[in-house]
Amino acid sequence: MGIKLLIHNDKVPGIETLAVYRQMGGYASVEKALKTMTPNDVVEEVKKSGLRGRGGAGFPTGMKWSFLFKPEGVERYLVCNADESEPGTFKDRYLMEKIPHALIEGMITSSYALGAKTSYIYIRGEYFYVARILEKAIEEAYAAGWLGKNILGTDFSHDCFVQVGGGAYICGEETALLESLEGKRGNPRIKPPFPAIAGLYGCPTVVNNVETIATVCPIINMGGEEYAKIGIGKSTGTKLISASGHINKPGVYEIELGLPVEEFIYSDEYCGGIINGRKMKAVVAGGSSVPILPTELILKTAKGEPRLMSYESLSDGGFLTGSMLGSGGFIVYDETTSIVKNLYTFARFYHHESCGQCSPCREGTGWMEKILHRIVEGHGKPSDIDLLWDIQRKIEGNTICPLGDAAAWPVASAIRHFRAEFEEYVNHPERIKDVKHYYSVQQVSEAQL
Amino acid sequence: MSTQLNGAQTFDKNKLTKIVFSDDTMQTVQKMMKRYPEGKHKSALLPILHIAQAEFGGWLSPETMDYVASVLNIKPIEVYEVASFYSMYNLKPVGKCLLEVCRTSSCWTRGAEDVVKHLEKKLGIKEGETTKDGMFTIKTVECLGSCGSAPMLQCGASYHENLTLEKVDALLENYRKAGKQRSYTDLDYKNTL
Amino acid sequence: MAKVTIDGHSIEVPDGTTILQAARMIVDANNYEGANIAPPTMCYYSKLKTSGGYCRTCIVKVTKGSEKDPRPMPKPVASCRTTVMDGMEVVNITSPEVLESRKAVVEFLLINHPLDCPICDQAGECHLQDLGYEHGLAKTRYDFERRTFEKIDIGPYVKLHMTRCIMCFRCIKVADQITDNRFQGMLFRGDASEISTYIEKAIDNDFSGNVIDVCPVGALTDKTFRFKSRVWFAKPMDAHRYCKKCSGKVAIWLKADEVLRVTSRKDKWGEAEEWICNECRFEKKKTSDWIIEGPRHIDRHSVISANHYENLTKLKLDIGKQQKQLADKK
Repeated sequence: MGIKLLIHNDKVPGIETLAVYRQMGGYASVEKALKTMTPNDVVEEVKKSGLRGRGGAGFPTGMKWSFLFKPEGVERYLVCNADESEPGTFKDRYLMEKIPHALIEGMITSSYALGAKTSYIYIRGEYFYVARILEKAIEEAYAAGWLGKNILGTDFSHDCFVQVGGGAYICGEETALLESLEGKRGNPRIKPPFPAIAGLYGCPTVVNNVETIATVCPIINMGGEEYAKIGIGKSTGTKLISASGHINKPGVYEIELGLPVEEFIYSDEYCGGIINGRKMKAVVAGGSSVPILPTELILKTAKGEPRLMSYESLSDGGFLTGSMLGSGGFIVYDETTSIVKNLYTFARFYHHESCGQCSPCREGTGWMEKILHRIVEGHGKPSDIDLLWDIQRKIEGNTICPLGDAAAWPVASAIRHFRAEFEEYVNHPERIKDVKHYYSVQQVSEAQL
Repeated sequence: MSTQLNGAQTFDKNKLTKIVFSDDTMQTVQKMMKRYPEGKHKSALLPILHIAQAEFGGWLSPETMDYVASVLNIKPIEVYEVASFYSMYNLKPVGKCLLEVCRTSSCWTRGAEDVVKHLEKKLGIKEGETTKDGMFTIKTVECLGSCGSAPMLQCGASYHENLTLEKVDALLENYRKAGKQRSYTDLDYKNTL
Repeated sequence: MAKVTIDGHSIEVPDGTTILQAARMIVDANNYEGANIAPPTMCYYSKLKTSGGYCRTCIVKVTKGSEKDPRPMPKPVASCRTTVMDGMEVVNITSPEVLESRKAVVEFLLINHPLDCPICDQAGECHLQDLGYEHGLAKTRYDFERRTFEKIDIGPYVKLHMTRCIMCFRCIKVADQITDNRFQGMLFRGDASEISTYIEKAIDNDFSGNVIDVCPVGALTDKTFRFKSRVWFAKPMDAHRYCKKCSGKVAIWLKADEVLRVTSRKDKWGEAEEWICNECRFEKKKTSDWIIEGPRHIDRHSVISANHYENLTKLKLDIGKQQKQLADKK
């Protein structure tokens, strides 16, 4: 068993209640931080820990915190990004659903470090019932004095609220999230200014992912240096991975960063191999936005070294032969999967979720979806593959927010690694006719029996 | 694909007078608005729209949106802009149970298309349509964050995961018996504020 | 003050100036013809706060961030929303990469545009037309059905032809910043977004007509001018009247003695010099309503200038000079 810091107690009955959570050592980080540390000490510990943002970009959290502008007399906010919408990612939901207090505890400790009197948890609208769980937990925390005025008798007071979204992937982008939190359309803001200078209501704001905030608790409890010993190189600590697709045991796993990808997929402790004992074809390693990699490249880097679950190893080789750890949405495809059809579902997703603010993304995502739809339906033209390639290249880098890049990368990587399959689709549409390209529900349930 | 959209909607002033939050709900709404700093109560728009949708027939009519605007003291267009942006607000009437089937990659690889086809056959309607008795609407949606328990569908505030066709049948039966879905307000929401 | 170099031209500008403004200053300072190194804009409007950043046509590459931090910026930036830093170096028309990206943006803007210029009132003064002419492809690669919308009236004077819209947000910002109430907004999302009032509502505000002037394409047109004339057949004149609501300084577009339409006076960058009221714009359609100052200057690159006699005397002199030179050569 690897080290677990976040969800080691997930199977304890009643862990969603404050009483049990406290029994298992919960809220220790709040006690330690408020009673023995200055806010700056907390920031320093997080810096030492080498913690990197768990939402997808992997930006060092301590550094993000130290950018926070702190003028006198201006409110500062901590906002938790619980708008988990990246296809393939469901780790935050698991964490919030099973151990809501882990997030609340992290929110209090982090707010103390940042000097935020108020914090908001922005959760995606579809997670109604999770929002409800969180609200219950917050209510308990207020009753027990972990939230509210003068926490633990110190002069630190804090309020935490849950805000429910309305269903938009783009609100996972931090400035779009802030717009949405202000009750507006989730259109990403044009940066600069960055939220650290002018965020929520124009005040300095830090936006962090659920897992990042929850990880602050073990870091404070064990010390930043101790935390940094876990993991490998600059990828310190543990990470929640959401495993899905054609594997025997889909679910959320906490891994120590640096675990070999092969072990993650095939060991019984984690994914437990491919369903029906088939061969693996490809993997999307970090949520739909990151490049898809064929089996040979996901198990081994281009240099022939074993690929590890870490920020560096997964991105080894750049986009030519590598991918990204991203949000940890690990989707496995077996040999029967049609990469083209799968790409179509991604393109449809990005088309549906584009906010429509800037032209390359608004028009480009729809165009790509239409072309892919045509190819999947067997009406593709041989020139479509190059056209797709050209469109994605022209979206990438030319948009306001990273959604444009996120829409372009899956297309680029699928064509790069599986061009032959696209050619089969456009040159021999009769061969793909009547092929299903996916498991039926029956097959999946039988395989699981 | 031509995308002729809603265009101008009709607006009935007489209907507007009938749309009023109950006292209980109004209290919840006011408490919600207090979560935000002075003058920033517009922040509460998204959750309040959820409540309005649950209270006034499962969708947001222009009259409902105008009412919400008056409650928050903002311009009606600000409400239309927001309501039309987010995918969870229905701007057209839907059935009592809105079956939202996820169809993005992970769910697709595990048979989401089968689920949709099965629902269509079973209910005798196409995706996007409502049954004649106004009970069910089928809608396909993008990733709902339940990839590890694919395929799945959401109905109101409930997630139904690891679906098989038998489970879908049982589900429809249960909903038909209950006659409604669990909505935002059914989650015992207001009592905790 | 910050020193910034754009395409090799240096200028000192106040802190907080954007790259685009700096580029326009360089053009102004050197009296360059046409737009020159100033990036084209479809959504930015210097008189509207928070405008710009959406259309991406003004993107440039920053090759040197600043004197302090000389690293180049990794992605192209929107010049209208990026402020200069001391020592910044920018490439616009000298960079093939920037031109390539701009070409891509123009293609995206055009794939769902109806290209109905032959029946569009904006033709001849359309920024998208200019942009397409300068940066577009000769042929479209988009072979799907284009997005269409029903035309709607917003108020008695303005026609909204959403199919032509490129979503620059200018008309929304006008409504927010110039008028006291806003009825139209951006609805829906992605490529289904539309500018709409959602429910039928007459826009009733003295300054609402300015949305026509800020619209870079033919999405918002003047109903009192619809299909009356091609703009290049009309003669623009500077004129004014004493108006209680606005400055009364306008451009009137004449055909013989008839005032076909009234617009604000547009500057070199195609922006209104002053906002005008609806009364001036829509209701004063007789030459006797106006005190005519003289012909309006029209940039020689514009098709409208083709029919223009403003500099006739100078032109005659120029032709005379050329003829004399030719004769001398012989």
